[in-house]
Amino acid sequence: MSIVDKRRGSLEIIDSKKIISRGSLYVAQARLTAMFKWVWMILAIAVANPVLYLLSIGVGVGAFIDKSAGPAGIDGVKYLTFLAPALLATAAIQGAIDESVFPTLEGFNWWKNFFGMNATAISGNQIATGVFLASLVRVVGTVVIYWFVMLAFGALESSKAWLAIPTAVMAGVAFGSITQAIAGRLKDENVFFVIFNRFVMMPLFLFSGTFYPLSSMPGYLQWIGWISPLWHSTELGRYLTYGHAMTQSMAITHTVFLFSLLVIGFFSSRRVFTKRLAK
Amino acid sequence: MSSPLISARGLTKKFDEFVAVDAIDFDVAKGESFGLLGPNGAGKSTTMRIIGATSQRTSGDLTILGMDPEKFGPQIRAHLGVVPQQDNLDMQLSVSENLYIYGRYFGLSRKFLKAKIEELLEFAQLEEKRDAKVESLSGGMKRRLTIARGLVSEPEILMLDEPTTGLDPQARHILWDRLFRLKEQGVTLIITTHFMDEAEQLCDRLVVMDKGKIMAEGSPAQLIKDYSTKEVLEIRFGSERNSEMANQLRDMCERIEELPDRILLYHEDGEVLLEQIYSAGLHPKTSLVRRSSLEDVFLRLTGRTLVD
Repeated sequence: MSIVDKRRGSLEIIDSKKIISRGSLYVAQARLTAMFKWVWMILAIAVANPVLYLLSIGVGVGAFIDKSAGPAGIDGVKYLTFLAPALLATAAIQGAIDESVFPTLEGFNWWKNFFGMNATAISGNQIATGVFLASLVRVVGTVVIYWFVMLAFGALESSKAWLAIPTAVMAGVAFGSITQAIAGRLKDENVFFVIFNRFVMMPLFLFSGTFYPLSSMPGYLQWIGWISPLWHSTELGRYLTYGHAMTQSMAITHTVFLFSLLVIGFFSSRRVFTKRLAK
Repeated sequence: MSSPLISARGLTKKFDEFVAVDAIDFDVAKGESFGLLGPNGAGKSTTMRIIGATSQRTSGDLTILGMDPEKFGPQIRAHLGVVPQQDNLDMQLSVSENLYIYGRYFGLSRKFLKAKIEELLEFAQLEEKRDAKVESLSGGMKRRLTIARGLVSEPEILMLDEPTTGLDPQARHILWDRLFRLKEQGVTLIITTHFMDEAEQLCDRLVVMDKGKIMAEGSPAQLIKDYSTKEVLEIRFGSERNSEMANQLRDMCERIEELPDRILLYHEDGEVLLEQIYSAGLHPKTSLVRRSSLEDVFLRLTGRTLVD
């Protein structure tokens, strides 16, 4: 057998230092290879999602709202312009969840391929980081496409509008990394999805100042916005895309909130993955 | 034995109060084929995970390739090929992509892997399935792919946890042949199995495990010699009469084991014993004389069969 005759042995062909320094990239490569199987679906969603949302709610519903709001508009702009940054952040978050929660559940619960990865020199930290990096690629792609659709719809009014791309990406991966850490702990995901979709995602989407300013909601509901990465990202997005009024301290608060969430989620998921694989 | 590749002393693993591996000692030499034999729940797979540097021991000492897996897990795992009990392939990828991506986890180059994948596809007899999604493969094909995947890095130590479970007899023999060839090239094999024929075929030396402890250690032939007779006579009188007849037969042989469906009589010459039984006026419904196997060793050591 050629397999046996040509054998040189791992001591000669493998450089463990290389794996220790680049392992996360190998995991990301594996994730991207899997993701590429669905690339047309991912691209179709990335384009159809903003086009349909911006047309139906931004332009369609917006026509009624703009009419009743008069020349002052909503926050001084057309409803489409007001709504678009929130939808941008929502798409980023949704993309990040898709690429962090599902691979994590596959890896630990469904196919257990994380255990296969961990049987090589790849560590739990590297698996968590690799999944994160692959989701970052997906989120960047989704946000950039969304941003250009917003541009086509005339929803970008500020010269700083391009900065809404990194802030939306940060919101997406911050939320994604938190859900990645949670998914890494799940033994029974069915209950989680019911609770997560109904009691986390839906309230966040509805009560994060997405469709109307947070300040127009009753005071006892506004706390949802304050803990929601979607609201923080939306506020930054509105400031950057059309000049929504914002103090410097609030801009810093929004950025620090999202960044903190990202750091907490990233390091928690690494810890959760390592602990679960070591059992 | 030259300096051992793997050395364990007092190796213990506890899950809360449950002791899965109970202070076991063993050494494995380079190029040796070492087996862990025992029933489900004996602690074999836990021992494998500890040797595989993915599960940390609770206490005891362990060195693999001269390194402590607690401190040098990735460095050790870089030289292991692991075939887990449960296939954990990437179901979204094709057969060849699974091999390629797994090779990448070892930092192997595209050029190296291109040639290696061809060898492995031939090895696993999956050439025609190279572009098929793993999800569409049969259980036996998935198993062969998992084994091929374990070889992608040309490991120093190949660890196989119940490697032939789910394979048909022909596929088992093909795999045994491949493993022999690897062994000839100096690859160290660590195998867990509850098939005694597999252990007898593949292992130079093995330990019999039960309830986390090592009950005996030696080559298959030595264990059979030490713990059993040369031959075994299996007879059946019918389940309702086996117990009564066993009492009458007890003095005619070295050892007797009464199983629910049959009686095992241990004797150096089974045919002679059978003649004695007929001469005594006893007429079993069926009889079979066979050589002692590791199953008999296990029964002797634990009082239970491997499939209990």
